[in-house]
Amino acid sequence: MAKNFFDKIRPTFSEGGKLSWLHSSFDAFETFFFVPNRVTRKGGTHVKDCVDLKRLLIIVVLAMVPALLFGIWNLGEQHSIVFGLGWGFWQKVWYGFVKIIPLYLISYIVGLGIEFASAQMKGHEVSEGYLVSGFIIPLIVPVDVPWWMLAIAVAFAVIIGKEVFGGTGMNIWNPALLARAFLFFSYPSKMSGDSVWVGGLSKALAGGTPWKGGEVVDALSGATPLSHASLDGLSAAGTSAWNLFLGNIPGAVGETSVIAILIGALILICTGVASWKIMCSSVLGALFVGWLGTVGGVTDIPCWEQLLMGGFAFGTVFMATDPVTSAQTETGKWIYGFLIGALCITVRLFNPGYPEGMMLAILLMNTFAPLIDHYVVSANINRRLKRAKTV
Amino acid sequence: MSDQIRLKKGLDLPISGAALAEVTARVTPDLVAVKPTDFRGMVPRLLVKEGDSVMAGTPLFADKKNPGMVFCSPVSGTVDAVVRGDKRKLLAVRIKADGRGEAVRFDVPKIASLDKEGMTELLLRSGLWPCLKQRPFGTVADPAAAPKAIFISGMNTAPLGPDPEFALKDDFAALQAGVDALGKLTRGGVHLSLAARSFAGGELHKLTGVVFHQFEGPHPAGNVGVQINHISPINKGEVVWTVDLHLVAVIGRFFLKGVYDTRRIITVAGPAAVKPSYVEVPAGVCMSSLASYFEQGNVRVVSGDVLSGEAVGRDGFLGFYHNQVSVLQEGDYYEMFGWINPFRSKKFSVSRAYPAFLRRKKYDMDTNENGGERPFLMNDVYNKVLPMDIYPLYLFKACLAGDPDKMEQLGIYEVIEEDVALCEYVCPSKVEIQNIIRGGIELMMKEM
Repeated sequence: MAKNFFDKIRPTFSEGGKLSWLHSSFDAFETFFFVPNRVTRKGGTHVKDCVDLKRLLIIVVLAMVPALLFGIWNLGEQHSIVFGLGWGFWQKVWYGFVKIIPLYLISYIVGLGIEFASAQMKGHEVSEGYLVSGFIIPLIVPVDVPWWMLAIAVAFAVIIGKEVFGGTGMNIWNPALLARAFLFFSYPSKMSGDSVWVGGLSKALAGGTPWKGGEVVDALSGATPLSHASLDGLSAAGTSAWNLFLGNIPGAVGETSVIAILIGALILICTGVASWKIMCSSVLGALFVGWLGTVGGVTDIPCWEQLLMGGFAFGTVFMATDPVTSAQTETGKWIYGFLIGALCITVRLFNPGYPEGMMLAILLMNTFAPLIDHYVVSANINRRLKRAKTV
Repeated sequence: MSDQIRLKKGLDLPISGAALAEVTARVTPDLVAVKPTDFRGMVPRLLVKEGDSVMAGTPLFADKKNPGMVFCSPVSGTVDAVVRGDKRKLLAVRIKADGRGEAVRFDVPKIASLDKEGMTELLLRSGLWPCLKQRPFGTVADPAAAPKAIFISGMNTAPLGPDPEFALKDDFAALQAGVDALGKLTRGGVHLSLAARSFAGGELHKLTGVVFHQFEGPHPAGNVGVQINHISPINKGEVVWTVDLHLVAVIGRFFLKGVYDTRRIITVAGPAAVKPSYVEVPAGVCMSSLASYFEQGNVRVVSGDVLSGEAVGRDGFLGFYHNQVSVLQEGDYYEMFGWINPFRSKKFSVSRAYPAFLRRKKYDMDTNENGGERPFLMNDVYNKVLPMDIYPLYLFKACLAGDPDKMEQLGIYEVIEEDVALCEYVCPSKVEIQNIIRGGIELMMKEM
């Protein structure tokens, strides 16, 4: 039935049709529902593997679903704690759901809108890359971020971060992180500090009146354990490693629960969609610097607790492994991942003013990934040259 | 001397319709064609015209750059048509066979009495020279070049391809004569790579005058380019020659019988093949002679294997170098929610994004692209199926950028299209990688 519908409207969008300028969009929707009837072409293989980008990217999205679901509940949980509401499970979920939906709508409408428009202008097919970026963005920004700010950040990330380089597959920086970095540097007051990570809290504080008649028990309990711990140590942050692992703490929606992220990591590694080498080496790098920090007396936090805090786990699993912006060579991936982990913890240890190092660590290594690859590939080139000389 | 090389990277395609080990026909064709397009780097000069009568071994056209290099008719009959394409490019010389099997008789001296010049001259004159291909680039061998060595793959890992031990079981005397003749052409020796099971007392292992190598592993371990990369990789300025094993037998037969005899035992196989099996045919046979092996309907007939062969159609002709015909259903259908289906049990994927890795079965593969073309995104899928010391993605991008220096540095001399065919098969972005490499090679040939 759906097939008939597409067949019926196809002439309108084909060359010569009234809406032929919308061809890319038509194509995007049609291929969403149907694997196209295109057959392999001259001069190539006659059969092809049935995996395509849609499949690979939907698996990345699926892997993030546990983190999202937990995050939705946790939004309600934190709100309920801070305002002393004593909500039940479904009330918390409903609160989180209502909070997160607009962020997703903005992320996808703005992001995909630009992607469609630019594909249309270039006459390309619409690439699916943004499905993942658009899914990540609401998970890593403060839930109370003003909607117009989010829209601008998304537009910046897609246009400046991606389309100017030629679109999906050509970008240097991870678009989702770029959106967050844009927000962070443009509107720092909405992006960090103690109050932004619990839904409704900053508004209530700004207005001077407790939201919905509830009472703000302790404004400081809205701070993420990371910002606390970086100053005073974990126990002073009023939380335990177990809570960090579970994730029932304030923080960005997708980033708090290490256990939910680990489920995602398992999905990504089992399906082979993301590189286990990057995840593994990033953890190693973080442990290494974390250990140096404790040995050198810079911090009292054991190195393994660093893995549970802040955006490290989410960044390692979902953003450092972005195949476009990460190192492209297998050797390069070990170096790239290790440096991300190491840099992230270095920032945490030495910059108490800005304890969240993961975003900058990944963006910085995104920038240097081509350089790492350059040296790895040069080694291969030199091997070839040397071979030629010795013969 | 022998060494054993185990390759882990690669993929044996689980495609259905493998040939039964049985020769079900010996085809005497009505129509054959010799296609200049089979021979890379060669510019043809026509030597016959329509209506001429020819015998097996009569030159049809020669190379403009090497007038001594001739390309001969594989059968006796009359020239039926000279097929030309755009700009009068010569596409094929078609010959209507008379079925009498007359052949030009050559006076063949003893192999031992020939030196390199004598051997070269004889092979050029008899039309056998094009059996030799040259690396880099897979062109017809340049008679003036001094090859580092000659490489022959004695194993076939291509999907649905013929088993050389079976297809050449009556030709061992010819193979011995063939390798003896090739030995005259190089000082670097004739290198024959065999699968492990051919090693243990196999007939091919009894050949003398060759250097044996043992390879193990999935496709493309049987590709001569991959084998060269592990035995003695090609460096800038070096030239090696390669010969397909079934063409070694053709060369050997010439020395045994004094005639140009291109008959070969091929497989006709694939998901859309009726009774897939072995068939004996001459080079350039028309597919219509094999029509009874093809299913009805919208079927693609491929000369060669499904990864690197050429779609020629039901009325096309077997390529000069090809020793198999693959038959597939055209996949011009829409598949609703294909990529969302968690199982998709009728399709194979090497990616663990589908549970296909849990299934041990053969698939009725068809020609559907299974997705739309996208930019390169995944970076770790290609090197898993290319068992060479090469960074494939960087080489592809150098070819796309048209940068000869980079291509050279990244190893363009070591590959031809068939070696990267699996990269194209697994590519989730559906990029036409063989065409990219082809473009790169053509650019390099122009630059040199």
